[in-house]
Amino acid sequence: MQLSVWTYEGPPHVGAMRVATAMEGIHYLLHSPQGDTYADLLFTMIERRNKRPPVTYTTFQARDLGKDTSELFQTAALDVVERFAPDAMLVGASCTAELIQDDPAGLIEKMGLPIPVIPLELPSYQRKEHWGAAETFYQIVRTLSDKNRRPSDRHGRRPLVNLLGPTALGFRHRDDIIEISGLLGKMGIDVNVTAPLGACAADIAKLGEADFNIVLYPETGDLAADYLKREFGQPAVRTVPIGVGATKDFVREVAELAGVDPEPMLKEGLSRLSWWSRSIDSNYLTGKRVFIFGDGTHAVAAARVASEELGFKVVGLGCYNREYARDVRAAAKLYGVEPLITDDHLAVEKAIEDAQVELVLGTQMERHIAKRFGIGCAVISSPVHVQDFPARYSPHMGFEGANVIFDEWVHPLVMGLEEHLLTMFRDDFEFNDHAGASHLGPGHSAPVKEEVPAAPANDTEAVWSEDAQRELKKIPFFVRGKAKRNTETFASEQGVATIELATLYEAKAHYAR
Amino acid sequence: MNAVLPLAKANGSDCAPVLKERGQREVFCGLTGIVWLHRKMQDAFFLVVGSRTCAHLLQSAAGVMIFAEPRFATAIMEERDLAGLADANEELDRIVDQLLARRPEIKSLFLVGSCPSEVIKLDLSKAAQRLGAKHAPRVRVLNYSGSGIETTFTEGEDACLASLVPVMPELSADAPANLIIVGSLPDIVEDQFMRLFADLGIDNVASLPERAVADLPGVGPNTRFLLAQPFLGDTAQCLKERGAQRLDGLFPFGIQGTTSWLQAAADEFGVDQDHFDAVLAPYQQRAAKAIAHQRERLEGKSIFFMPDSQLEIPLARFLANELGMVLTEVGTPYLHRTHLTQELAALPAGVQLSEGQDVDKQLDRVRAAQPDLTVCGLGLANPLESEGLSTKWAIELVFSPIHGFDQAGDLAELFARPLRRRDVLRV
Repeated sequence: MQLSVWTYEGPPHVGAMRVATAMEGIHYLLHSPQGDTYADLLFTMIERRNKRPPVTYTTFQARDLGKDTSELFQTAALDVVERFAPDAMLVGASCTAELIQDDPAGLIEKMGLPIPVIPLELPSYQRKEHWGAAETFYQIVRTLSDKNRRPSDRHGRRPLVNLLGPTALGFRHRDDIIEISGLLGKMGIDVNVTAPLGACAADIAKLGEADFNIVLYPETGDLAADYLKREFGQPAVRTVPIGVGATKDFVREVAELAGVDPEPMLKEGLSRLSWWSRSIDSNYLTGKRVFIFGDGTHAVAAARVASEELGFKVVGLGCYNREYARDVRAAAKLYGVEPLITDDHLAVEKAIEDAQVELVLGTQMERHIAKRFGIGCAVISSPVHVQDFPARYSPHMGFEGANVIFDEWVHPLVMGLEEHLLTMFRDDFEFNDHAGASHLGPGHSAPVKEEVPAAPANDTEAVWSEDAQRELKKIPFFVRGKAKRNTETFASEQGVATIELATLYEAKAHYAR
Repeated sequence: MNAVLPLAKANGSDCAPVLKERGQREVFCGLTGIVWLHRKMQDAFFLVVGSRTCAHLLQSAAGVMIFAEPRFATAIMEERDLAGLADANEELDRIVDQLLARRPEIKSLFLVGSCPSEVIKLDLSKAAQRLGAKHAPRVRVLNYSGSGIETTFTEGEDACLASLVPVMPELSADAPANLIIVGSLPDIVEDQFMRLFADLGIDNVASLPERAVADLPGVGPNTRFLLAQPFLGDTAQCLKERGAQRLDGLFPFGIQGTTSWLQAAADEFGVDQDHFDAVLAPYQQRAAKAIAHQRERLEGKSIFFMPDSQLEIPLARFLANELGMVLTEVGTPYLHRTHLTQELAALPAGVQLSEGQDVDKQLDRVRAAQPDLTVCGLGLANPLESEGLSTKWAIELVFSPIHGFDQAGDLAELFARPLRRRDVLRV
């Protein structure tokens, strides 16, 4: 057993739902108890989908267990065919149904339904959501792809690719595929099929017609890409185009496989990020301490952008999906940090606290952690929340994606000039820690801020002298907590009993970077 | 709306034949109740013994309500727990030790059964006894099942409260009469009711649950109880078995319901009727004023309830009688006829009730009826909205303070808001 408060990934059947919901004309019959229907709200509420996920749950109850739950399953299967007339049906079991061992695959086979049926074996007690999505997509591709389709003669046509991996409930998948399809179009390359998102059974059938595949989301697309390589000999591009550098690498790699010239694209399509990052206001971004956590792919990509393109210092890097831990370990080595591979959000919280960071790049979970610590945060990976489905176009991939990243990661930080102004005006009567936000007008007091305690929390800690405490209050509030912690740590390391003015500045020098 | 409508007498023809359905049920399981129960019982921790799905459900249902570290968690069963490689009981003991070491402030621990723990027949009552003995007196360990195969949404609260009844202190036959309000209410509502009972002259009043599990009220033959929620069938049964008697009235929604609910207590505790009327009059007038604001918007509008919380029938009664709404279909996951006798009698004649669900067929009926407002779960709301049907999230009715006189206006407003929004938008 594993004690869990919040989870980064749902069970594998939720991964299967992400694939089924992304596609057109595919229905998922899930043998499950009532209550498992909660998963619908992930799609209708978080992603604001305007249709119910194409999932029928058998919703058996305790009283059915003594009788015939398999009959319930078969009745539901007939209902699905009659009501929804899908082009293909996925069948599987959730965690509870797995235990009662009704064998949905065997039951459905006996029924001889008039549509293709794809049985899913998703072990709920071993695997998680991303794996469930990858396995489901692979099974769909294996079953529905037409083995006789091959690319047509390359002469006189543009190269053709498949974009693999985008699903429902994915972080920015909707916009990433628009961005990347546009980029490919400019390079003279056409998209044969994007799948699972937006694909129907007929699209899956023609996957073999592409010259090669592009795996945009390895967590959900890798298994299918491996299969397509085996079955159709299609090579796969696995560079994930997040950030300017990675997008350039991606363009070169794609151009090589497609036999086109990457140079016009590289010359023309560069992102504003490069100039924005070089502009003088961005100087203050230098060395900002950033903690990165997410799915393996997004975390590794974010680390490169943070380090090479924004000049941040990566002080923490990790992922929650062990399947991609190897990539994260390799990247962590590059940045000289200890990789954090865990799906325990409390361990992540501890690591963030210990790392004394200025910006967190993480998931919905890290957003809450950062909020509690009063640190800026931007979301870079699923799991996601309703805010991570913006109304506006906001990809993270490609050159426009790099622009979006610059804005989203820099805005949570205090701006460069703003930082100086805060220091200049800290004692101004209108502009100080205790004044409310100016847009609220007069008469609105600020929320009461935690006062610096005069007494130490316990008697092993140093006591602040009055002078030092007064000085501490002059430090801008957004770095004050850090200054206080650093000074106390320094004092305890040095065996100083009373923190004097000098101790404060000695600590400042000690921690200066 | 000024005068309180007289109560119709039950005559056996209170509603059209109940449509009973058996198909896909688009409802939460009983684990969901933990989301509000753990906020109410502040010294309690809820440990679900279940699967990753259970953990995922809890965090999805809790939605944005992410607290620093909530007082609930899931012990996620893994392959080795099922394959018998690890004794599930030993594993559970280890998890509980780990948890209690981390959270020393916890006084009560609920082990909450789930679908998988029920199916593998993991005996949580034995585990609770064993762990209770081990961690006594610091922590009391209780257990109940919130599994989807046994409980629907609010029935999780019923199972939780029922598990508390056996550990309530015993009151003897010569103990003074006491009154227990049964059902988890927001603190503000509970306090309002306590003030009302005090004004009426009923002193010995407690709640189940209290804010601290440690403060459970006593129960005995002189105990009377009022259900504040319609979904507490098992809890009521357990209380009866301990000698307590249920006082029968409408449920305390709206003026009519709250008056009837308080009247049941007043009659039992011998409160003078003139005094009762005098105490309630200002509350009733205030509520009538608040409701009147919404009546204009809701009167004559049709409403369809999908089954969700068992609150549907009392709420439908309130909307029909006090706001003039037209009931197209009132669905409930389970119809407890005994506890709802008065509610059914107070419904307009011939209302179509349905029990259970076949969600696709029911959605066909919604589309055919084209109601002005559909009360439904979160999974259905946006899809219906996109078809042009206004909806109200049922779960909000469980989380929001809606009981009593001073919330009657808010309750009406919850239904009026989607319609007001629909009228306001020009996009």
